[in-house]
Amino acid sequence: MGPLVVNEFISPDTNLFLAFLIGIGFGFVLESSGFSSSRKLAGMFYGYDTTVLKVFFTAAITALVGMLFFSLFGWVDLDLIYINPTFLHSAIVGGVIMGVGFIMGGFCPGTAFCAISIGKLDALAFIGGLFLGIVIFTEGYPLFEELYKAEFMGTPTINEFLGLSRGLFSFMLIAAAFGMFWVGEWAEKKFPREEY
Amino acid sequence: MNEVKKTKYWNPYIGGIMLGLVLLSANFISGRGLGASGALKSVIVSTVNTVAPDHAENTTFYKDYNETHENPMKSWLVFQVFGVLVGGFLSGTFAKRLKFKVEHSPKISSKRRLIFALLGGALFGFGSQLGRGCTSGSALSGMAVLSLGGFITMACIFGTAFALAYFFRKNWI
Repeated sequence: MGPLVVNEFISPDTNLFLAFLIGIGFGFVLESSGFSSSRKLAGMFYGYDTTVLKVFFTAAITALVGMLFFSLFGWVDLDLIYINPTFLHSAIVGGVIMGVGFIMGGFCPGTAFCAISIGKLDALAFIGGLFLGIVIFTEGYPLFEELYKAEFMGTPTINEFLGLSRGLFSFMLIAAAFGMFWVGEWAEKKFPREEY
Repeated sequence: MNEVKKTKYWNPYIGGIMLGLVLLSANFISGRGLGASGALKSVIVSTVNTVAPDHAENTTFYKDYNETHENPMKSWLVFQVFGVLVGGFLSGTFAKRLKFKVEHSPKISSKRRLIFALLGGALFGFGSQLGRGCTSGSALSGMAVLSLGGFITMACIFGTAFALAYFFRKNWI
């Protein structure tokens, strides 16, 4: 049955319209969870507000478990779901550069869109920066192409890589997430700050 | 300062479950995850195609992109990001949080905050292209489908931010 567009239950144009609706849900949930505030987002790195950790990992395990059940019920064919390819070097270097951008800028691209929608001007500056950074990449692409394409590993899943079953790895990830939630709650009690 | 004030924000675990359901529907309906930075790339390619078509034809990146994409603006992520703007605005309206402001620590000026936001954005933008997606597209959506690359990118983003937090503490606390 699913994914609906791949199996032609819905047309490509309907898919784009649904992308818009999904985006509304995405933006609404981010804003309602406080992701429109850079100080709240940055709070995770100082322990005074671990909302990001809790929302991010709860979302990841919810979607993960949902997919497992959908697949079990035959509602979705996991082979037709897009799996992000792994290019080892660019995943690491890109991730590190994004990490520097995160602690300096206080947003990531999705949360910056969410923040600009309620009038945060620091998010506007961040989005200006995003444009700049992407243009530097697209214009200077020949310089980065080698790194960008290095160590292509296909589309491995982490459980395949570790030699575990999908279910077992998911279970371990859920257990790890609950461990992190516990640490997050502890940190917020230890480093309390007023709400922004 | 020792007491955390009550807020109008959702409980983070409820927010996380809701976000997970949004991500699940994206996968169920469209067979893909959420994203953000890809939409900006579409806007940039589209702008270059319109403003400087010669440049687009002669530059590797745009040439490759245009060969594999019919119309950069008719992309799933562009529509989804428009939705994010609408959804964020609606939530902010209901919660009465609509306000033009530069949010920053009282220890720094608005100007400093804006400069750091711009620099951080530039790094994030560049990194998201190199890493094939940002926190939403690569880390969150990648994790939900158990992509190895998604986990690596997630660990690198959060690990680096944690490692450098001390040096930028004045900006936030």
